[in-house]
Amino acid sequence: MAEIIQAEGKQKGGKKKAKKFSTHIDMTPMVDLMCLLITFFMLTTAFSKPKAMEITMPEKKDDPTVKAPEIAADRTINILVSGNDKIYYYFGVADPKKPPLPQLIATNYGKDGIRKMLLQRNKLVFTAVYDLKQKVTKGEEVMSDSTLTRKIKELKKTVDPKAPIILIKADENAKYKNLVDIIDEMAICTVANYAVVDIGELEKQMIAGTAVAAPVK
Amino acid sequence: MPKIKAPVRTPHIDMTPMVDLFALLLTFFMLTTSFRPTEAVVVDTPSSISEKVSPEKDVITILIGKDNRVYLNFDNGKDTAVLIRKEVLKKMAEQYQVTFTDKELKTFSTWASFGMPIDKMKAWLNTPDSKDREKFNVGIPTDSTDNQLNLWVRFIRLQNPYADVAIKGDSDADFKAVKHVMDILQDNQVNKFNLTTNLQKEEAKLEE
Repeated sequence: MAEIIQAEGKQKGGKKKAKKFSTHIDMTPMVDLMCLLITFFMLTTAFSKPKAMEITMPEKKDDPTVKAPEIAADRTINILVSGNDKIYYYFGVADPKKPPLPQLIATNYGKDGIRKMLLQRNKLVFTAVYDLKQKVTKGEEVMSDSTLTRKIKELKKTVDPKAPIILIKADENAKYKNLVDIIDEMAICTVANYAVVDIGELEKQMIAGTAVAAPVK
Repeated sequence: MPKIKAPVRTPHIDMTPMVDLFALLLTFFMLTTSFRPTEAVVVDTPSSISEKVSPEKDVITILIGKDNRVYLNFDNGKDTAVLIRKEVLKKMAEQYQVTFTDKELKTFSTWASFGMPIDKMKAWLNTPDSKDREKFNVGIPTDSTDNQLNLWVRFIRLQNPYADVAIKGDSDADFKAVKHVMDILQDNQVNKFNLTTNLQKEEAKLEE
């Protein structure tokens, strides 16, 4: 590899001449490695462009004559998002006039947290969409991307008429990341019906642990 | 016969073609790329599985920093005769009784994201050094007493009703601030937003 070439010089008499050393480093291995590294990175990396998550909010109507549509209590799941990455959920409707209040369950953003509950509740829709995606991946069914998206949308609407309706409510301490994460879970678990709505006073009290149902008359 | 010994010679690679190529590549990139104008605030977007590519043209971007300050960016539109940024700034100037010279209007139409109350904009436009300009970015007022963001969005949408709206929020921004921005957008009849995220794939599997 590297070698040291000693300059041959005639030595006259007793004079000591300093021997000149010139080093010659062979760069071949370095260029080899550079070539390999460049090829590796050219083939493996891709530009990461920012992606967009679409979200549609229901129109804000301050018209008092228009009542909010009634939602079936047996299909409703309320997810409450709070600060410090805390997340809770409860089934049904929390009406202070109709005790007892539903039990608030604390969970986390991990795989065994909110996702587990959502997958269990949304089993029918999830398995249908998952099976379709597997078929397309394995090549058993062939369709374009847009057709696949359209079919998934249809499946979400039709497969389970009792599919859960999720209401996402965030309190003042929630961070933006928490909201994006929970909407992402909706997409991961292929939930068809969900909406981001305002949190109610009672729910804030439920989180704080101070909720009290109205006394039974 | 004496053994013929091949003289041991170290390989000597002539690097000239490689340096040539580097020079060519460097010249190519120097001539073709242009600097992206620095954004008003560095935003660390949250991650999601969404694979839809964020629109880059014809989009109104509202940036929300970690400190809940709001900044805005929008482009000039497809028609090169009408510079949308210039027109919107003129309308805002009328509304707030501030005047801008033609030169300032032109500078505004070439720059990118900004975030300051309208009365500070003149000083910002007249600062040529980009480092000095950074101190002007204090955020667009969004409180109910002085909701400048509402007017900005309204005038932009009047000029370009087909533009998409993207919200680029920092992960640590309060959801309250983002909700406030969404409320302002809904007041302007925008109900569909694109939340800018970075891709992080997740696969869910049903456990029996």
